[in-house]
Amino acid sequence: MQSVGKSVARVDAFDKATGRAKYTDDLCDRNALITRVVRSTVAHGIVKSVDISQALQVPGVVRIFTCFDVPDLPFPTAGHPWSVEEAHQDIADRYLLNRHVRYYGDDVAAVVAENEVAAAQAARLVKVEYETLPFVLDAQKAMEPGAPVLHEDYPDNVLKHTSIRKGDYEAAIREPGLICVDKWYDTATVQHCHIENHIAYAYEESGKIVVVSSTQIPHIVRRTVGQALGVDWGRIRVIKPYIGGGFGNKQDTLYEPLVAWICMQLGGRLVKLDVPREDTFVSNRVRHAIRFHLISYVRPDGSFAARKVELYSNQGAYASHGHSIAAKALGSFPQLYPCDNFEGDAWTVFTNKSAAGAMRGYGMPQASWAGECHIDDICRAIGADPLAYRRAHLMPVGYKDGFSKNELYYDTFNQCFDKAEQIMDYSRKHAAYRGQTGDVRKGIGMATFWYNTAVWPISLEHSSCRMVLNQDGSIQLQVGETEIGQGADTAYAQMAADVLGLKDYRDVHVISTQDTDVTPFGLGAYASRQTYVVGFSIAQTGAILKQKILDYACEITRCPVSNMEIIDSNIVRTVDGRILVSLKDLATEAFYSLTHSVHLTAESTYQIKNNAYSFGCCCAEITVDIPMCRITVDKILNVHDCGKLINPQLAEAQVHGGMSMGIGYALSEQLLWDEKTGKPLNNNLLDYKLSSFMDHPRLQAAFVENPEPTSPFGTKALGEPPACPVAPAIRAALENATGVVVDDLPMNPHNLFKAFTKAGLIHDPWREV
Amino acid sequence: MYDIKEYYESRSVADAVALRLAHPEAHVIAGGSDVLVQMRDGHRAGVELISIYMLDELRGVRLEENGDLRIGSLTSFSHITADPLIQKYIRVLGEAVDMVGGPQIRNIGTIGGNTCNGVTSADSASTLHAYEAVVELTGPDGARRLPIRDFYKKAKVVDIRPGEIQTAILIPKDSYEDTFGYYIKYAMRNALDIATNGCSVNVRLSPDKKTFERVRIAYGVAGPIPMRAPTAEAALCGQPVTMENVERFARTVLADINPRDSWRASKALRQHVAVESAKRCVIESVKRAGGVL
Repeated sequence: MQSVGKSVARVDAFDKATGRAKYTDDLCDRNALITRVVRSTVAHGIVKSVDISQALQVPGVVRIFTCFDVPDLPFPTAGHPWSVEEAHQDIADRYLLNRHVRYYGDDVAAVVAENEVAAAQAARLVKVEYETLPFVLDAQKAMEPGAPVLHEDYPDNVLKHTSIRKGDYEAAIREPGLICVDKWYDTATVQHCHIENHIAYAYEESGKIVVVSSTQIPHIVRRTVGQALGVDWGRIRVIKPYIGGGFGNKQDTLYEPLVAWICMQLGGRLVKLDVPREDTFVSNRVRHAIRFHLISYVRPDGSFAARKVELYSNQGAYASHGHSIAAKALGSFPQLYPCDNFEGDAWTVFTNKSAAGAMRGYGMPQASWAGECHIDDICRAIGADPLAYRRAHLMPVGYKDGFSKNELYYDTFNQCFDKAEQIMDYSRKHAAYRGQTGDVRKGIGMATFWYNTAVWPISLEHSSCRMVLNQDGSIQLQVGETEIGQGADTAYAQMAADVLGLKDYRDVHVISTQDTDVTPFGLGAYASRQTYVVGFSIAQTGAILKQKILDYACEITRCPVSNMEIIDSNIVRTVDGRILVSLKDLATEAFYSLTHSVHLTAESTYQIKNNAYSFGCCCAEITVDIPMCRITVDKILNVHDCGKLINPQLAEAQVHGGMSMGIGYALSEQLLWDEKTGKPLNNNLLDYKLSSFMDHPRLQAAFVENPEPTSPFGTKALGEPPACPVAPAIRAALENATGVVVDDLPMNPHNLFKAFTKAGLIHDPWREV
Repeated sequence: MYDIKEYYESRSVADAVALRLAHPEAHVIAGGSDVLVQMRDGHRAGVELISIYMLDELRGVRLEENGDLRIGSLTSFSHITADPLIQKYIRVLGEAVDMVGGPQIRNIGTIGGNTCNGVTSADSASTLHAYEAVVELTGPDGARRLPIRDFYKKAKVVDIRPGEIQTAILIPKDSYEDTFGYYIKYAMRNALDIATNGCSVNVRLSPDKKTFERVRIAYGVAGPIPMRAPTAEAALCGQPVTMENVERFARTVLADINPRDSWRASKALRQHVAVESAKRCVIESVKRAGGVL
């Protein structure tokens, strides 16, 4: 019975619902030593001295390490595959602890104690003396001459600048009769806010350093821990249990190297570092705040004569994933709305803020905000209907990107729009809501996005899979692409069951935990790649195992392999449909046969040299309470074409999660820093306005299922795309309701108050004095 | 793991008073939804705690013989919201405390803790001020009562003397009788948030519902402690129930309040919201009182 395409229950549902599932902290022995990081209280400076004398007096303190104790081995943290070409390697700018502190909250010292209370008490008593340096928080200000320099190797603070040039922009803008739309858009720094903070513990065993970590990328962490410690990579063993979310923050090496190094300094004793929420906000990773300057020259019919895109990406203090995010954002513009004359520039700039890294969408929520807001602004300028404009000017069917070789095979955009229009009654409402008056108004808006699946050809793409047959005809399945809550393990079980002809996906026992000593090498969970890339390795490895099973079946049945198939866990003769032997009986025979005993297993690597476009749209209907400066989302729908759905219910859940993140991005989330001191102001879940259940309507998801030709299962990216189009859709609805637009995220009461005041919708006579 | 130096469990109010006298440095803990957070963030790390959480005698809502409503200090928010006496006589208080945090916090958090914490943003505080609640404190010399406006001395400081614990909050009969109120919590999220502005209004209309006999308004987060807006109240008392009067009243609150300009919200936004909230609260209160606007 086919599993793929059915909403089967998650393989981990029971364990997670009953609390049996074990996460990193559940697995750590209670006698672990506790580490707490002492953080800088200046935004930029040089540590002159660290006085630990008082802190050492706290009963229970074991050791205190400072930035003067750590090895001089800079290491990279980005969760990218290692590149054997030096030019493509990630920037190694991190130390275990830092003498040159570059943001408020940087790692200066680490206290190790017998318990959390002693560690916290001692951490408060560590006295650090700094030579303070001037700091800069804004990316464009950091590019100005004379700005404080964060890294010696980058005197202008520009980590990287890339350009795209196509046609002749300067000549094209001289065409008579063009309308110029020239605007700036800004996005906020936000954080992932996964429910389980980053946590890792380390111990030595059998001559190895074992690190158990809440990470998305165990095999990559193994490499970076090796690099940071100067230890051969094979001596590092990383174990990844279930994790409580990552959203890209855990696609970075965080505190695994520090906890491993401390463990080594203490003779291999078990050491745990559980990052508090406040530190998670500031000292893990954040989403890049990207500021965009978009200039479009359009003809009266809306077609593009020329476009220019400039974007400034705030990297924060350390390189992490660096320019990859800005480059991806920039690359989307000429593809989504093609234009013959295009100039694009992206700068990724160091500032004294928290380091930005990967976060669900990897530059695309930012680019979708700027890009889709800009399309709406063009529509306003030329009097076009925003949906009709998109249908006319988005990438046409058959469009092929020269670099990725991605192709738009189907009329996906129009199919998604059609579905959204129908479900949301968009066009009628959009017309009806125009020109309302009164304090409380309704609006509806739509936006789309551009997305790729996985990282080829920018980076390595492959997947390795191991399948092991059990005596009862079930199998174990292992891959390196991690379950991080998204439901990947279930999709793997469904795909494997179908490839092998198993009766039930529950006959595929997915080993959820990755252990770099045991699990086949794989790169982890990121880039909305897991189902897509593991699909290849499951199809290939499953075919190998199936061939071995049928060969063995031939031995015991004498039926030629060509006339057999595995159907519902039986070996079936295809000519007449007769069941020759059950897979269970075959497996038992293979294990224990006195004539030919063999353990039937298969393992293979598939290198993927493909990528796939994934598209969709969001439609949001809102109520705007103008005097209260509030937007309430009443109805919201995302429509996605992510190819064939492996598990519709899990796909829907993926979309819901992304939409929730998108609503927070649109309306409330923003990390703030004090301009005077560089201190983070709201690094806690009270002051950082992560949206709650009470801020969402019922989230709706719908799908268009065009099979992806490059995938064995017809599937492509869905993990990240849902977060991308939500904010611009809500902004379009705000415009529909009030005629007012906001260009800087978030559209929270503070920004709406300013926008409504400026537009004359709010009039406080007492403020005019 | 919390950094607690010592922990004393009270067995009775008298026991709590004795513990307070014996350990003057110790902090009182009820539900812990504020105290434990402050201990975790280091502000109260390493303190001694006197728990009063087991004192069931301080739980519940009842009518005193003179008709005053008595709310035991340990009564949880969810208890208050669900209580039939609250729903009958001072529904707005039940609604206000139903906006605290989330369900778990409302189950553990108490109205005594909410007020003893002394913060301006407490969701119960503006309504208690608007109803001229009376705070009962019990100490070595027995119980004393004082108006809630005198209980709040300054930001995070309330009038609790050595050996005392807060044992009840009372709403006088004349305060709630024929009186209808409404509370608006203005926050950046619809749950798990602290008010950017809290506005509680209650009105008593004339028998023909045409005149405001009594109007009281109190704010949270409009100054360092919860506060009434007496100028505005005076401007509306005795006036006809008209939209024009309501709008004038709302603007007048600016004469009384003094919200902060901070990164959490600008003074301009807070003032704007305070005026709009005052207007909406009066409109809703009038509706509840059976009046027409």
